[in-house]
Amino acid sequence: MSGPIVAGKPVGMEVSIAIAEAAKLADVDIVAAYPITPQTHIVEHLAEIVADGDLDAEFIPVESEHSAMSVCCGTSAAGARTFTATSSQGLALMHEILFIASALRLPIVMAVANRALSGPINIWNDHSDVMANRDAGWVQVFAENGQESLDLTIWAFRLAEDKRVSLPVMVNFDGFMLSHVVEPVTLPDAETVRKFLPPFEPLQRLDVDAPRSLGPVGIPDIYTEAKKAQLQVLLDSYGPILETWGAFEKAFGRRYRPVETYRADDAEILMLTMGGLGETAMSVVDERRAKGEKVGLVRIRLWRPFPFDEFRKAVAKCKALAVLDRAISFGGPMGPVASEVKAALYADAHRPLIVEFVVGLGGRDVTFADFHRMWDETAAAARAGKAPAPRMVGLRE
Amino acid sequence: MSAQRETTTRSERPALTPLTRGNPAALDVFSARLLPREDYFSAGHRACQGCAEALAVRLIHKVLGRNTIVATATGCMEIISSSYPDTAWKIPWMHVAFENAAAVGSGIEAGLRVLMRKGRLPKRRITVVAMGGDGATADIGLQALSGMLERGHKMIYVCYDNEAYMNTGIQRSGTTPFGASTTTSPAGRVSIGQQTWKKPMPAICAAHGIPYVATVNPSYPLDLAEKVRRAQKANGPAYLHVYAACPTGWRLAPDLAIEIGRLAVETGVAPLYEIVDGRLRLTCPTPKLRPLVEYLRPQGRFRHLLSEDHKDELAVIQARVAAEYAELERRAAEDARR
Ligand SMILES: Cc1ncc(C[n+]2csc(CCOP(=O)(O)OP(=O)(O)O)c2C)c(N)n1
Ligand code: SF4
Ligand SMILES: [Mg+2]
Repeated sequence: MSGPIVAGKPVGMEVSIAIAEAAKLADVDIVAAYPITPQTHIVEHLAEIVADGDLDAEFIPVESEHSAMSVCCGTSAAGARTFTATSSQGLALMHEILFIASALRLPIVMAVANRALSGPINIWNDHSDVMANRDAGWVQVFAENGQESLDLTIWAFRLAEDKRVSLPVMVNFDGFMLSHVVEPVTLPDAETVRKFLPPFEPLQRLDVDAPRSLGPVGIPDIYTEAKKAQLQVLLDSYGPILETWGAFEKAFGRRYRPVETYRADDAEILMLTMGGLGETAMSVVDERRAKGEKVGLVRIRLWRPFPFDEFRKAVAKCKALAVLDRAISFGGPMGPVASEVKAALYADAHRPLIVEFVVGLGGRDVTFADFHRMWDETAAAARAGKAPAPRMVGLRE
Repeated sequence: MSAQRETTTRSERPALTPLTRGNPAALDVFSARLLPREDYFSAGHRACQGCAEALAVRLIHKVLGRNTIVATATGCMEIISSSYPDTAWKIPWMHVAFENAAAVGSGIEAGLRVLMRKGRLPKRRITVVAMGGDGATADIGLQALSGMLERGHKMIYVCYDNEAYMNTGIQRSGTTPFGASTTTSPAGRVSIGQQTWKKPMPAICAAHGIPYVATVNPSYPLDLAEKVRRAQKANGPAYLHVYAACPTGWRLAPDLAIEIGRLAVETGVAPLYEIVDGRLRLTCPTPKLRPLVEYLRPQGRFRHLLSEDHKDELAVIQARVAAEYAELERRAAEDARR
């Protein structure tokens, strides 16, 4: 980094750097991470900040992502504010430990620069990494731009460490499409962040003066109850999520909601996106609105716990909903988001027609023309009253 | 356990060397009387009768004391000590998974260190221990252990080597001895059983340049206590390799668990030594090794080796044990001159 970064004014900043700056503003005690493209700039920048003495933290250069997440479990259980970041194969390698971190209620914060899973090996963006870990019991959110990536990273610590929650939080943002672009980002000043984010007071810690056993065997007699308790905590995190986003808005003036909509109120045809595609989709909405079409956008920000009520409300009046998936559920219902959305609406009296698209796999561009075509197809399906089979967009056959 | 348990009667067994004779050095510091009374790994756990691994855990934590935090790998010692809502642990204890105890322990150590530095925890000496079985250490967790040693975390890693994956039903591991019959290296008409030699874990750890490595054995409690203290005082990572007799997996009479540990040392199968800053010292020198068969005979896992069919292999094993012991003696003598 060249020169100090001024708080309060938008500056051009690589999004990865903004996320690292967010972890610094959060005054993390521990960063344990392993390099993988496109996440690497985050941890490189944090290593630099620590090496320069600008952040009093331990940077632990582990030998794998499996160990990164395992070290994070240890540091968090010791009572240290813990941050890590990864992508793709790294997230896959952590898979086993993700489930344990949430079961142990360890408030680790992780930024995931979403990238396609091998094979073939591909370093570019899609959501196959996070989708393979959607049921890991973490709170999961998606950012769409640099500012959101920074904001949500700061907020993630506040939510994770809220004693009613005490769960790990994953902040997803698109690899390369976001991680490597320079965007205008406003850094909050450290004092406001300090007020928003009080020092970490763990729900439970490894303390020689009050010994406890963490991670015991759960026999069949108690396993079901343990899982129910874990599920309940994740579901109950919904209230604190809204509350802490409220507090965030008060402190920083930017508003976040579990489901965010764009020109959706009177829309007949809606499109649903998660992550960075939402920004392009909004521009396309504007173009079509200019031509008098009643189209709008629904963006899922909170992926876990899934905001069922908000989602139903958002799509309550539309005729058809195009769902854009960036991963495949192999041999299953094609797109994981679409199948979830359909399940959410199954019991409802009003069910919009759902048209499914799989787009942008492994970094494939999703162009304005692609968006228009998807909207045209969805409108045609709405007219016909019948949804076509799920389609992979941009596929050369 | 499907295999028949076979026992040796006391009269068939050879007389052992008195415990104090081999290791006068240990007695300079420790006598049984000086061992703390308190236990932090309490009675009532679910280990099998005669489990020397559980005994070693108890002894080690007796010495380490109350200001200790433990990260345990999945395996026998985790299962038998922690079934919710019970716990055998009177000190803070954490279990995450099978292959990552060294990483979890690294995290605990680093977490405490940074919190003490930042003034959020009072500065005090807390010993962090990561522990795992031989499978957790030598096989699936070797990478995490290597990372922990390389990064130089000031903590102790303890490998409880019962020479197989016992928790999952006696499958072979990288430290199962040559010729041992396990459920995945069964002795059969065309196989002698395990066909590889023990992975040299203490040497692998010592090669990382850490300040303290030692082999310990609960059949030698004072030697063990002495080494645990040294590991605790080491200025960097310390590695303890525990010879841990498992009556269930070895098909050994439970009342022979201590005696087999003594025979392991006296036959040269599991020598006791420490490597302090790279210098090796035998802590229980055994100038004249007992015949290997005395060690093999009481154990069902080796019984097939004693048949006429395996005469040649037995000689090979005996020769290798002797050669490895001679090499340790040579190295110890050389290091003593350094
Ligand atoms: C990733 C993973 N693979 C396999 C297992 C199954 N497993 C649990 S304990 C164990 C063997 C433990 O052997 P060892 O480390 O030698 O400990 P022991 O039980 O012998 O004391 C195995 C294979 C697991 N829990 N996790
Ligand atoms: S199987 Fe062996 S190591 Fe495991 S508890 Fe029983 S005796 Fe101990
Ligand atoms: Mg074992």
